[in-house]
Amino acid sequence: MSYEKPLPTITPANRPFWDSVKAHKMQLPKCKKCNKFHAPPREFCPHCLSEEFEWKAVSGRGEVYSFAVMHQSYNKAFDKDVPYNYAVVQLDEGPRLVSNVLGPNDQIRVGEKVEVVYDDVTPEITLHRFKRV
Amino acid sequence: MINIAGKYCIVGVGNTKYGKLPGRSPESLCVEAIRNACLDAGLDKNTIDAVVTKEPTSAPSHLFSTRVAQQIGVIPKVTTTLDQAGASNIGGVAYAMMMMELGLCTVAAVAFGDNPITGSRATYSRPSGEWAPYGLFAAVSGYALTAQRYLQLYDKKNKDMAPWPLGDRKWAAMNPNACYQKPMTLADHQASRWVVEPLHLFDCTSIQDGAAAVLVTSVERARDLKSKPIYVHGYGQGHIAWDIQTRPEYLVTGAKYSGEQAFKQAGITAKDVDFCELYDCFSIVPILTLEDYGFCKKGEGCDFIADNKTHPGGALPCNTSGGLLSETGMPGMQLIVEGVRQARGECGQRQIPKHRIGVVSNQGGQLHTHSTLVLSTEAKL
Repeated sequence: MSYEKPLPTITPANRPFWDSVKAHKMQLPKCKKCNKFHAPPREFCPHCLSEEFEWKAVSGRGEVYSFAVMHQSYNKAFDKDVPYNYAVVQLDEGPRLVSNVLGPNDQIRVGEKVEVVYDDVTPEITLHRFKRV
Repeated sequence: MINIAGKYCIVGVGNTKYGKLPGRSPESLCVEAIRNACLDAGLDKNTIDAVVTKEPTSAPSHLFSTRVAQQIGVIPKVTTTLDQAGASNIGGVAYAMMMMELGLCTVAAVAFGDNPITGSRATYSRPSGEWAPYGLFAAVSGYALTAQRYLQLYDKKNKDMAPWPLGDRKWAAMNPNACYQKPMTLADHQASRWVVEPLHLFDCTSIQDGAAAVLVTSVERARDLKSKPIYVHGYGQGHIAWDIQTRPEYLVTGAKYSGEQAFKQAGITAKDVDFCELYDCFSIVPILTLEDYGFCKKGEGCDFIADNKTHPGGALPCNTSGGLLSETGMPGMQLIVEGVRQARGECGQRQIPKHRIGVVSNQGGQLHTHSTLVLSTEAKL
């Protein structure tokens, strides 16, 4: 069965990110000028406005900054999933990612440690999700 | 800072019915609200020389304010549509005052109108930022993340926010134009379905058609009008601006800087405020706003409202027409209108006894923007 949920919009700025997720080795842009990571990937470093980055592997570890549980479906492709959670995860390297936390919704806590897992949703696209550690 | 406290005032307020208003365009709703504001002020519409609007949320469109000017039949000296999302209504009042301070206009109509029920609701279920692949849709998704972090960090539950929506409903029962007037109990609130946990349905604003407008002018120009002028003593804006993924902080909002600026201009602190009309699209928002405005400390917002002090008869009456949660989900202009009516003392059954100083908040996006207005019956505080 084909995957019907929305997929990330790939842009020149974020393509290396989604390629790294597809390779199951997440990378984020690290600014060559100020040495800081940022996410989501942009054309210019939001910290210093440089446009020179190195793509560096990140640990994939972090903590739940916040989360919520969606009970209303706003998109047909999610009808069967409600209630489902979504979360903002703060990586140990600093940037935050939007994602989902695997496992029961009622056990997620703000501040708990999580680790990335990769979900190959189509032959071209892999989504990062997180599991509790 | 240039202080213009007491130099400009709101002399007319008007609104349409709220709810389902088939066959009406956002422009025509604005015209009706402006006409009603002119009748309220006793002002000939041809004296309006500035038209300032917030873009209709459900139908963003180019040059909206000029079409409203056309439909009220005036050639404006000043016109613009501001985009600070929900914060734009108070922003429009401030823009009008700035233009008057520069001498470019004398009477401004500031209006908002929209028809999301009979027009298109699509904007209210669109993906949130880039994050539809992870299931984030609609503005509520960001507010729920903020609410969850707040409730877990301060060890509160959804029911600790409930005094706010329950208060709105009590006020709305005394407002014939409110969309939701039926009494609501804590049990009703807790039994309402989750939309996005930790927000129940009764923590979430509704979508309604309608419009509201205010007329702003100088104190000198106000003198020969029949209405009682309500003076603007403070204005502020403050914005977290960044999306929910990237913003450095969730629990201190743009309200902090906005409130500080507005209160400083007015020369007041939270203790001087008699009543508030706070933007409450979701229950968490006024709780954060009360904290950021200095009514209580960070993390104490739920405890602050626990004694129902925002309800009718309470020590700090808030959202006296029912707020976004019970009067109408229109994004904010109605709060300025109600602030003026309470300050004038013309609210009938729901009139509060002390109404010398009122504070109105607007905010927009997913807590991206914020603006604050301090109003008073007095020219000098």
